[in-house]
Amino acid sequence: MKRDMKTWLGIFILILLIVLSIPVVGYAQGSDPTDDDVNTVAKQLYCPVCENIPLDACGTAACEQWRGIIYDKLKEGWTEDQIKDYFVAQYGDRVLAEPPKQGFNWLVYLVPLLVFTGGGFLLYRGFNRWKESAPTTKEGKEILKKEDPSMDKYIERIENELKKRSEGSK
Amino acid sequence: MKKILLWGGLTIFLMILGVGLFRSQQAQVNIGEPAPDFELLSFSGERYQLSDLRGKVVVINFWASWCESCKPEAKDLEDAYQFYLSRGDVIFLGVDYVDTEPEALAYLKEFGITYPNGPDLKTSISQAYRIRGVPETFVIDKNGTIAHLQIGPFRSLPEILSVIDPLLD
Repeated sequence: MKRDMKTWLGIFILILLIVLSIPVVGYAQGSDPTDDDVNTVAKQLYCPVCENIPLDACGTAACEQWRGIIYDKLKEGWTEDQIKDYFVAQYGDRVLAEPPKQGFNWLVYLVPLLVFTGGGFLLYRGFNRWKESAPTTKEGKEILKKEDPSMDKYIERIENELKKRSEGSK
Repeated sequence: MKKILLWGGLTIFLMILGVGLFRSQQAQVNIGEPAPDFELLSFSGERYQLSDLRGKVVVINFWASWCESCKPEAKDLEDAYQFYLSRGDVIFLGVDYVDTEPEALAYLKEFGITYPNGPDLKTSISQAYRIRGVPETFVIDKNGTIAHLQIGPFRSLPEILSVIDPLLD
């Protein structure tokens, strides 16, 4: 019985240690966030004033103020998600580098996927047809020669030219 | 069947692309058009609904604390507000565009601005008016129609008064 208790206590302590060792995305209240901490959040945001420039790389006064807000919020112990939610509440969804997966926003994720899949399929089909139409047997090649004898003449000339050049270089 | 699916998909894709392009190319709200309605929640907590202000001239100024060219007109706007204050039929609303509250409040204090100002939450007002930058000022007549659009700052107090006066009885 005592042994059982010890085993359970050991398991409990082990689980507790594992849980405590999992890093939490958040910052201790009162500690000074570094520039890297600020930029980790900033690069997930875009200021509407300077479109297409992530907040961490933007040099305008507006973006500087936004980074200041991130700094203040981190210092207050806010998590990344809380800060992002704050910016969305203030300035709308468009400040997010990755729009939330809901409603029309799904198009952002699905359209490229569909275009790539569709494009890949069309390419695959195109190559297959091309391959099927190309003669693979000796007979087929003969037929092709008969169909366009001029091609054979040209190939022969090219081969002769190449032969001459390789002999000349020796 | 395959062809129908392919063409259908392509048509839908092109339609979405077209709508997006159309929206991005839409011109600014112009003079003579009805002013888009909006609600402004001021920094001090009061709510202002544009449609409730029908029968009054409304001056909507888009600004930001980081905007250098907003500063020269800030005091003139406040002076204009004070000039019409006793009449009661000219309302000034400041819409703070993509700004941070502490800096915005410091800006209002610096220029002694006392008329209602509030953040452009979710940039919904600036999107409705399709502004291209700040400062921009829309003057709405008593019927709710845009009577004047000022892109860039007003140069002086008389310039502001010259825009508002003709709209008053």
